[in-house]
Amino acid sequence: MELKEFIQLFAEQFDDTAVELFTSKTEFKKLDEWDSLTALSVIAMIDEEMEKRITGADIRNSNTIEDLFNVANS
Amino acid sequence: MEAYIKGISYYLPEKMVTNEDLISQFPEWSVEKITKKLGINERHVASDDETASDMAVNAAEKLIEEYKIDKSSIDYIIFVTQSPDYILPTTACLIQDRLGLPTSIGAIDVNLGCSGFIYGLSLAKGLVLGGMSNNVLLLTSETYSKHIHPKDKGNRTIFGDAAAATLISTDGFAEIKNFSFSTDGKGADNLIVKTGGFRMPKPLDDLTFDEYGNPKSSDYLFMDGSAILTYTLDYLPPIISDNLLKNNLEKEDIDLFVFHQANKYLLELLRKKMRIQKDKYYLYCEKVGNTVSSTIPIALKEAILDETLANKSNVLLAAPGLGYSTGAAVLDFGKHSN
Repeated sequence: MELKEFIQLFAEQFDDTAVELFTSKTEFKKLDEWDSLTALSVIAMIDEEMEKRITGADIRNSNTIEDLFNVANS
Repeated sequence: MEAYIKGISYYLPEKMVTNEDLISQFPEWSVEKITKKLGINERHVASDDETASDMAVNAAEKLIEEYKIDKSSIDYIIFVTQSPDYILPTTACLIQDRLGLPTSIGAIDVNLGCSGFIYGLSLAKGLVLGGMSNNVLLLTSETYSKHIHPKDKGNRTIFGDAAAATLISTDGFAEIKNFSFSTDGKGADNLIVKTGGFRMPKPLDDLTFDEYGNPKSSDYLFMDGSAILTYTLDYLPPIISDNLLKNNLEKEDIDLFVFHQANKYLLELLRKKMRIQKDKYYLYCEKVGNTVSSTIPIALKEAILDETLANKSNVLLAAPGLGYSTGAAVLDFGKHSN
């Protein structure tokens, strides 16, 4: 999967955040809408779309969307 | 001889917590978000002086009245709870007395969470097929609200208190077919109330808040949401495949899937992952929330009442649960029409 597609799928897990706020450098945990339920949606999205199981710790250790993309691809 | 479900009734405590009530305490939540994401609009919670056994007695009395059951015919009580009245004695013994059931019966407690109904059903079937009982009263009842920290927004939103009463007998409307089980104690720490047992008898007063602002304390219910999600995605699909095999059925033979009703979010995730059609997938958490061991009997009762189960045969039950403890089973409703 390309980073661009990952960012789009990542953005789809949010309901109220403007789509232009999502870039590879977005520090997603600073977004107002980010919460533990959104974190679960991201884990589930990566499981479904990339067949990769990431953990809560992986999210804790990532700052930007690109960081998470790299974890999901590792 | 076979074993059947002969009756299901349930009881919800009077006190109700709506999404609006939760929003007033957690303004960062929105009613729309809870409804859309979790599919829960209201949940009931036990009052301060109402225990799981009180609720179970109410559910049992409803069952006895609704199905006109002769009390003297009940010869075994299985009480599934993690909220017993006392450390000892066995709460099922107290329930025998309160229901005025014969003293010639057996009564046991089973300590299980969300998988508890399926495991209770398997024990009841064993008692009936083993010729040890003709009418098992299976009671599931839980008051998780008493374990949850008041500031724990997520768990207070998801969980509701309830009790269900199910009669398992030598005849009835749904034959209990074959079971699948799985247990992995490595996951025990991911859904736990750490103190109050004998490993850690005294409260630790160690409340902290995690990066999402959710409270974390050894003295209250703790759930690692991401670990539980991962466990569910890992364990539920294979146990369902195993259970289909054990029942000599294909996925297409199942008329209705009734999973543990954790919340709509998790249920939809599982449905998509297992590619189950929407019209074969039952959801019932909007008015009750996640009632732990009672979600499946409540869903079955509602599916009977709203006629989802009319003219259906094979119903597959599956539940992931804390422990980790996972179970699955098939019920054959034999195209019943009530």
